[in-house]
Amino acid sequence: MAAEKAEMDALKKECDGLRAQIEAARKAVNDGSMSAAASGVASVGRVQLKLRKTLKGHLAKIYAMHWSADSRQMVSASQDGKLLIWDCFTGNKLVAVPLKSAWVMSVAFAPSGNLVASGGLDNICTVYNIKAASPKTLRELDAHTGYLSCCRFLSDTEILTASGDTTCCLWDLETGKQKVIFTNHIGDCMSLALSPDMNTFISGACDSLAKLWDLREGACKQTFSGHTSDINAISFFQSGNAIITGSDDCQCKMYDLRSDQEVICYQDASLNAGVTSLALSSSGRLIFAGYDDFNCHIWDSLKGEKVGVLSGHDNRVSCTGVPDDGMGVCTGSWDSFLKLWN
Amino acid sequence: MKTTTEEAQAFGTMLVAYGYIYPLQNHKKLVMCNDSSLYRFQTPYFWPTQKWVPDDSDYAIYLAKRNIRKKGVLEPYEQAHYSHLHEWLNHKWDFIVMQAAEQYKAGKERKKPDRVVFDCQERAYWMVNRPPRCAHSAMDCGPERLIDPNTDEKTTFDIYRRKNMFYQQAIMRSKVKSSVSLGALVKYITTYKNHDPLLASCLPSNPWQTDHDAYWTLNMRRVEVPTKMRVERWSFSLFELLSDLRGRDDFKIFLKKEFSGENLAFWEAAEELKWGTSSSMSTKAETIFKTFLAPGAPRWINIDGRTMGLTVKGLEHPHRYVLEAAQTHVFLLMKKDTFFRYLKSPTYKDIQKKALNPEPHNFSPANLEQNALNRSPGIHPIILWQQEEEEKAKAAAASAPVDVKAMMSKIDRKK
Repeated sequence: MAAEKAEMDALKKECDGLRAQIEAARKAVNDGSMSAAASGVASVGRVQLKLRKTLKGHLAKIYAMHWSADSRQMVSASQDGKLLIWDCFTGNKLVAVPLKSAWVMSVAFAPSGNLVASGGLDNICTVYNIKAASPKTLRELDAHTGYLSCCRFLSDTEILTASGDTTCCLWDLETGKQKVIFTNHIGDCMSLALSPDMNTFISGACDSLAKLWDLREGACKQTFSGHTSDINAISFFQSGNAIITGSDDCQCKMYDLRSDQEVICYQDASLNAGVTSLALSSSGRLIFAGYDDFNCHIWDSLKGEKVGVLSGHDNRVSCTGVPDDGMGVCTGSWDSFLKLWN
Repeated sequence: MKTTTEEAQAFGTMLVAYGYIYPLQNHKKLVMCNDSSLYRFQTPYFWPTQKWVPDDSDYAIYLAKRNIRKKGVLEPYEQAHYSHLHEWLNHKWDFIVMQAAEQYKAGKERKKPDRVVFDCQERAYWMVNRPPRCAHSAMDCGPERLIDPNTDEKTTFDIYRRKNMFYQQAIMRSKVKSSVSLGALVKYITTYKNHDPLLASCLPSNPWQTDHDAYWTLNMRRVEVPTKMRVERWSFSLFELLSDLRGRDDFKIFLKKEFSGENLAFWEAAEELKWGTSSSMSTKAETIFKTFLAPGAPRWINIDGRTMGLTVKGLEHPHRYVLEAAQTHVFLLMKKDTFFRYLKSPTYKDIQKKALNPEPHNFSPANLEQNALNRSPGIHPIILWQQEEEEKAKAAAASAPVDVKAMMSKIDRKK
């Protein structure tokens, strides 16, 4: 008994020692701050975007939306039990996909445009083929033991899901089976994002940690801490070397992957609402963060200042998205409307 | 930064939605209307910050009280709630009715204006906490978290060992100095600034603003002549050039002239293997081996011996990432050498010259209205995807290396 305890203590000591070493290593490479690096960059000034369209059609809270790779179509999911696929240029609804379970929390569009996936409190990720005359269920991916908080397609054959059971999972759509299960988080996984080169992905969870995973090795490569509450939203920077996280502690943070640390924190004393969703403009200069205070605030990613606000929703902004061509931003809210701004 | 009218309105709506201010006339719509409608401050007794749990018995008492005051005054959704509560709170219904009667009596003893105000306040409180159907309550927080990360996990040997291994790997991993990494980030943002439609105008016009889709038509996958901005993007990085399929086509033209197309062809084949169906994997792996890796292969790629050895061995049991090492090597070769030569080549300079620089649109309000009416759905992306697949098949057939042996034997047989 005593020998066991001694061994445990030795391991614990080693663990603490290693953690201290990591911190020291991080400090050692921290030879420049973001304000220093961005000192020569001109300010963007006040960013005032106009509301271009309001998309009405859902009857209940909108929980998630995702742009198609063609930057024109977009899919949104609402707890009225429907997925709606919109053509944002004309404002028309193209397809309505009825869901088996109305408690949907996440939706994704495949890069090919052939498939959409959704999932929520039913713990199942359902993949639909929208190429057919009427949407057909292609696969029901059922193995998670918690709600599905986020899903993203890698291609028409693979999909990544994040779940409230603290795991992320890579599925093979041809067999409908799990290929890799990514376990490391100790709280509900709330969101995930794929890197631009699709070799890695990041996940944010309720244990206030963001983790970087390698798809090829199936393991966690880096962990980022700093937040003090659930991380609800996470996104990759377009260059693939930095990530942005948004949390219930009312802050957004940018972490640099190569120097392995937090570089800037986006916070404002007047903002007391949690961040629900994030999206970046195509150059990465602007961060659109949706908050519980019914607004979507715009941050200058380099200077760390709030440069604008998108107001107009009557309830919290639950999802934000910028299409691949960067033309504008879409916000979806619990007030059942989607708004397009630019 | 000055607050805009919209932001002020959103803030007002938030106050109304949470019940700090309530509307007098249209009491069911919890929004701040920017007109002359009347609102009143809610008494702190009913503020959400009091953190009462508005439980069902309280709601039942409230509804019963209103029923006592005047029968038939409940809204249909309230009536539905009332019937439901009557059923499942049946065991304490006497208590509920008694409480309701007491509150009603106490209310009658107040002065009329006070009573009216209190009734409005109470009604507003219940409108926030028990909203009618299809209304959205601000008190809603979404589903509860499943796992509590703060529960003390029994730390076992295994957990410590795994943690220590993870930390050791983390320490061994090379880190880049902040100044370098952040410098690269700033450079990236500055480079792409003019290509960000939210920060710079896009030519000929932003379709969201003018309702005219010329921008999308000019930048389609298979245009003969791309735009200047698009060609400029290709010079930013090899990743950009290869991600834009039109750019990749141009790169292929250059490589054909240099007779060094095998690297890109291998890279493309590796991508196909990574993202394709698993049933096609073994055939693809075989074709790739025969075309690029086998000794004397028609499009043999020049990679170092160690990578070649590992790759060939891996191909015996192919999986999606079996070509990862070779693909990265080839990508780096192209990035460090071929890419820069391409940017200086006549092929690139030629396309730069030919590239279009569309005139910015200048629409009058009447034009804009017309544009809005003429919006068309455009080509369905699935059709574009199908066209793409057809083109790919054609290209694959056209560029398949000539099997010299088969050709010779055919000629021999003819003889």
